[in-house]
Amino acid sequence: MADFKEISPNASSGEKLTNWFENRFPTAFQEYKKHMSEYYAPKNFNFWYVFGALSMLVLVIQIVTGIFLVMHYKPDAGLAFASVEYIMRDVPWGWLIRYMHSTGASAFFLVVYLHMFRGLMYGSYRKPRELVWLFGCAIFLALMAEAFMGYLLPWGQMSYWGAQVIVNLFSAIPFVGPDLALLIRGDFVVGDATLNRFFSFHVIAVPLVLLGLVVAHLLALHDVGSNNPDGIEIKANKGPDGIPLDGIPFHPYYTVHDIFMVSVFLMVFSAIVFFAPEVGGYFLEYNNFIPADPYQTPLHIAPVWYFTPFYSMLRAVTTEMMYVLMACVVGGAALALVKGKFSAMIKGVILIAAAAVVAAMLAIDAKFWGVVAMGGGVVILFFLPWLDKSAVKSIRYRPSWHKLMLGIFVVNFLVLGYLGILPPSEIGGRVSQLGTLFYFGFFLLMPWWSKIGESKPVPDRVTFAAH
Amino acid sequence: MSDTPVDNSKRTWIIASGCAGAAGGIAAAVPFVSSMLPSERAKAAGAAVEADISGLKPGEKLTVEWRGKPVWIVRRTPEQLAELPKLDPQLADPLSLRKPEETPEYARNGWRSRKPEIFVVVGICTHLGCSPSDKFTPGPQPSLPNDWVGGFLCPCHGSTFDMAGRVFKNKPAPDNLEVPPYVFLSDSKLLIGDDKKA
Repeated sequence: MADFKEISPNASSGEKLTNWFENRFPTAFQEYKKHMSEYYAPKNFNFWYVFGALSMLVLVIQIVTGIFLVMHYKPDAGLAFASVEYIMRDVPWGWLIRYMHSTGASAFFLVVYLHMFRGLMYGSYRKPRELVWLFGCAIFLALMAEAFMGYLLPWGQMSYWGAQVIVNLFSAIPFVGPDLALLIRGDFVVGDATLNRFFSFHVIAVPLVLLGLVVAHLLALHDVGSNNPDGIEIKANKGPDGIPLDGIPFHPYYTVHDIFMVSVFLMVFSAIVFFAPEVGGYFLEYNNFIPADPYQTPLHIAPVWYFTPFYSMLRAVTTEMMYVLMACVVGGAALALVKGKFSAMIKGVILIAAAAVVAAMLAIDAKFWGVVAMGGGVVILFFLPWLDKSAVKSIRYRPSWHKLMLGIFVVNFLVLGYLGILPPSEIGGRVSQLGTLFYFGFFLLMPWWSKIGESKPVPDRVTFAAH
Repeated sequence: MSDTPVDNSKRTWIIASGCAGAAGGIAAAVPFVSSMLPSERAKAAGAAVEADISGLKPGEKLTVEWRGKPVWIVRRTPEQLAELPKLDPQLADPLSLRKPEETPEYARNGWRSRKPEIFVVVGICTHLGCSPSDKFTPGPQPSLPNDWVGGFLCPCHGSTFDMAGRVFKNKPAPDNLEVPPYVFLSDSKLLIGDDKKA
């Protein structure tokens, strides 16, 4: 505990007030220093480093607009759809609050995807920032749950059938699946019980988890310090005062920097909210303006754009694809046995595990493995810190062909996303099967390919031109 | 840490009370998880429903609600019935052997119903729970093969079913449409959801 500090009676009233608080609540002052005025961030941050701050902004927008929407929304299968229309037509400014919330959902995923791509480029997930990355992946997962459950609330056709399809995915899990789906729905089909519990999860349970994870993400980041586009540890070069030579205080330098980008972001955000809130059916799907009808499935159902890459992976796993996947398992195991430097016992375990996986693949429907692929597409991100064996962190100093690899990965992800919006087709199915193989290959083969090639020399100090 | 030796008897009791606390915590979770199961009211909604089929003409379909799901009653035409046995080689599971519990005993026949012309089935695709659309008109049409003889098409992932709700081969749906328990109360009255009151 800090000692009580007396202040000169001649001090200004402002200083006296500050002193009064500092004696009674020193934590606030220490934390402000630790996280703002004396948090030293690398001075070479570029454009890609604003998306963390922007996702915080969108989180605040979602919470505030959400609080006001709940004042008028009714989580009842008989009333929900009409209450959303009531917000849109009769509640003063209700349309604005609702469009901000619906646009905010898409904006959230957009900035989070860009934020994650930044991490991929500059190796921000690598030692010592593994936990920052893991908390981030957990935030992404919570965000997906939040978005999925929020999408049911307007109780339109897409809400209803989207939830029906996704909840039924869980029933594909062997043995426990049907009971699990029953537990999620609370009824034999998606109905009033489902709507009520999704409302509860959407407005309180998941947001609490999300906030806790955001705090953990930031605290872990501020403990280890930010990475930067050069992938250099700035703490390795400290001045005599113990401050990193390449660090600048987060406040005011990056707060001002971020406020500028916040203005740019809000311009785009407002343009969408005011002039194109539906974004041609991508942010708000047209079928969702029809009330939910449990007896009539719309002719084409697709998730909202931010889920479609993973939805494509789900659809890519067909009975035929299962044979390809089995070949991959067998090939992978054979490679590990022949080339891998493991002890005989580990090789035995690999052999048995591969045999068990192939047996399970033969025994269980492709439907279940589609679910595994979709979930695995997200879960595999958690392992990234241990898959990347590249000698350097940042893409700037990795072998040039790694840039190409990352480029193909991004294009592949976008193609998968595009195909997930379209109705199923022969050619689209084939392309998404290839895309799914590449997506998983990119990660699973990373321990091998990330070591290939010669990395460029990494400078001691960050690359920075004063401006 | 201090150098005082560990008092093992206290350590044992700390572990024991920790375990008791964990068991209590798990026990306390049971009512919360159970509260998410279907309520008594939701289960009661699974009660059998009656359907009047006196006005149903050949080739027409009637939808009734049972357990919140659509149940279709179709009066099949003699032509539609005549096509059924010919389709067997194109079907994934013509005899409904994969999940026999989804086809009651009295429907385990060539037309999957008690009376050949009256077909009763749950209108929920066995893939991911969408409701298939009627495609009773034979002949080539979008999303369907050129030799289509009439049946149902699921709009979500393209599974096709014949007029007995049997799924065609190489489609995402693994199983035939489920036949609910039902019984004829009279020639024009059906009871869906219960087959014991005969």
